[in-house]
Amino acid sequence: MNEWLDPLLLSRWQFGLTTIYHFLFVPLTIGMALTVAIFQTAWVRTDKAKYLQLTHFFGKIFLINFAMGVVTGIVQEFQFGMNWSDYSRFVGDVFGAPLAFEGITAFFLEATFIGLWIFGWDKLPKKIHLATIWLTVIGSITSAYFILAANAFMQNPVAFEMNAEKGRAELTSIGELLTNPIVLASFPHTIFACFMVSAGLIISVAAWHLARNQHFETMRPALKFGMWMMIIAGILTTLSGDQLSLIMTEVQPMKMASAEAMYVTATGANASFSIFTLGTPDGVSELFSVRIPYLLSFLSTHTFDGTVEGINNLQARYVDVYGPGDYTPTIWITYWSFRWMIGLGLAHMLVAIAGLFFTRKNAAKPARPWMWKVAIWSFPMSLLAMSVGWTFTEMGRQPWIVFGLMRTEGGISPGVTGLEILISLIVFTLLYGILAVVEFKLILKAVQKGPDDAPVLDAESGVVKQAVMVY
Amino acid sequence: MDLTILWFWIIAALFIGYFVLDGFDFGVGMSLPFLGKDDTDRRVLINTIGPVWDLNETWVIVAGAALFAAFPEWYATMFSGFYLALLLILVALILRGVSFEYRHQRPESTWKKWFDGMIIVGSAVPALLWGVAFANVVRGVKLDVNHDYIGTFFDLLNPYALLGGVTTLLLFFVHGVVFISLKTEGDIRVRARKLATRAGIVTIVVAASFLAWTTLAYGTPASAIFAALAAVALIASFLANLRGAERLAFGLMAGTIGFAVLTLFASLFPDVMPASNDPANSLTIANASSSAYTLGVMSWTALIGMPVILLYQGWTYWVFRKRIGRAHIEVAVH
Repeated sequence: MNEWLDPLLLSRWQFGLTTIYHFLFVPLTIGMALTVAIFQTAWVRTDKAKYLQLTHFFGKIFLINFAMGVVTGIVQEFQFGMNWSDYSRFVGDVFGAPLAFEGITAFFLEATFIGLWIFGWDKLPKKIHLATIWLTVIGSITSAYFILAANAFMQNPVAFEMNAEKGRAELTSIGELLTNPIVLASFPHTIFACFMVSAGLIISVAAWHLARNQHFETMRPALKFGMWMMIIAGILTTLSGDQLSLIMTEVQPMKMASAEAMYVTATGANASFSIFTLGTPDGVSELFSVRIPYLLSFLSTHTFDGTVEGINNLQARYVDVYGPGDYTPTIWITYWSFRWMIGLGLAHMLVAIAGLFFTRKNAAKPARPWMWKVAIWSFPMSLLAMSVGWTFTEMGRQPWIVFGLMRTEGGISPGVTGLEILISLIVFTLLYGILAVVEFKLILKAVQKGPDDAPVLDAESGVVKQAVMVY
Repeated sequence: MDLTILWFWIIAALFIGYFVLDGFDFGVGMSLPFLGKDDTDRRVLINTIGPVWDLNETWVIVAGAALFAAFPEWYATMFSGFYLALLLILVALILRGVSFEYRHQRPESTWKKWFDGMIIVGSAVPALLWGVAFANVVRGVKLDVNHDYIGTFFDLLNPYALLGGVTTLLLFFVHGVVFISLKTEGDIRVRARKLATRAGIVTIVVAASFLAWTTLAYGTPASAIFAALAAVALIASFLANLRGAERLAFGLMAGTIGFAVLTLFASLFPDVMPASNDPANSLTIANASSSAYTLGVMSWTALIGMPVILLYQGWTYWVFRKRIGRAHIEVAVH
């Protein structure tokens, strides 16, 4: 068969493309729902018009995204069966349950209450309307928990036993599945990173307006809020990420070794973390690198004299356990995506810290105009950090689709031809590409328009008189 | 009761929920060229489902996830076997979903026309293809010993399945138009009732033939009863609409769709995906289901979760119970 029609390669590209794309909208939905809920709570508590304006303004941006998050999410669920049917057969008994829980406990909640929030401004009492956005937040966060629990099973399978007759993994304990050590760390890590993305958006938007000397009374509090949110969420993302790498070293040592492109087992000072490597990160030759001694040891074991197992050792060990084969992920991808994730994450936290300093007291502007230009990049940086983080964690899992149990090539659909997958890959690429352009333009337009004047309130009930949005 | 059999009917119930709820969304989308004389009309139509289309569509996600969890083999075979058909459904749902959100973002009429077109196509394609897919499941498809689909895309386009597709298309169309008559006021409401009558006659003929074909070729005594109930409900809905009993007509259309889905599931039982080439390769409730433990855990979740869901979704429909007219659109700030 023509190598361009390799079902495995095409299915992997399609899954990667559609998942990364979907996950541009998910963090915005999760993070923006929370932000909007906070602004609206501030309005309900203080009655200050600026908070209502902010609620509406960021609410609109949130909504432009929301539809994309929903419809690209359906693709994700269908794809397991469409492209990965043998994987679905193998793990359905275990992996299906959290997805079903997600639907029953979270998706319905989110989808129902977002509708009530958008269209219920003039129909619900103020406090009940506020409750609808908080229920949307709860729904979106709960849904993240279940999907990450399902993902954690792929990284570190727990709570199952093999049924040889049926040739599949079967669930033995739902409690254990939902408390997989990976999900306990990846859930806070992902959620706080989602908050960083929405904080990034707020900083970018506010900086854009403030640089133009407009909407000072709403955008200045927004900027402050965004920067504080970025710093707090950033610290929590870092701490939970640290916890995650500790567990990862234990259950997926190959991922940690490939994050550092470390071929030979190292201890203590030799277990250093390279910030930058020039040359070939395949370990064959290194021209130049900046290294921090002990750091890798610390990241992996929380001690300075820890031993971090190298790729060569692990490869040999896995051959003993799982039989001949290549058990190493694509090193240049894991190495660089790990660095970009951390680097970008730290960079836009620094932007927020510097921003708070330069806009302290009531300084309308920081000392230098170029600072606004830097701040405007917060949002793209946070989205990129999110994407490379996922790229790292999923590419670092390779060649496994379920670590230790099933290799990725064993999971594809035997009945689906390469041509069919090529067609769907082209369709999704074109469709998602076009929609990305439209979406980007619409968001840009909504952002640049800025907040509307405070809406009219009903004098008696204090409820917003007109529907905020009508299709 | 055996949990596997319980879950077979829960899957049926979830798809009924999906088809009844998103069914009228599809119908409203398809009605744009018939009832939407101008932009304000079209906005009235879209706003009848504005607050609820998303929650209605969530039913397919839950039905799909439940299928995955309760019958992994069925989910795997059906979704990989109907690959291109599902791709079309996905593309349609994406276009339709974003169009609701995007169409009002710009005032230009060409912009709106584009998204109106995508709403129409994006509603019609799933309405047709879900029928084609389920009719094929009932009819049986070619499966190998591993239960993998070995037919082609064009094998799915057989006369019985196409009739099934046209049936769901028409049922959803009438369901949506009756919904519009229930949710709007003024001229558009009158026109919706007339359209429901005209389309209703065709629908009765097509749906009756499909139900009869199903009963004769694949039926069981239970499915025959459901088919008869579906036909009676459809005719009663037609009569109710003629007399202007909008709420009753809508309720009976929901009943029609529910009984039609039950007809298909009762015809399947105890198979879930019969193999037309060799019955030994068929997927059955027994060989496609998850372990008793998983089904037990999910049963508890569904038992606790579903009543709460029905309660708050019902409340949503109650909050948005008011009819919508042109006046509402013209004053809206948007």
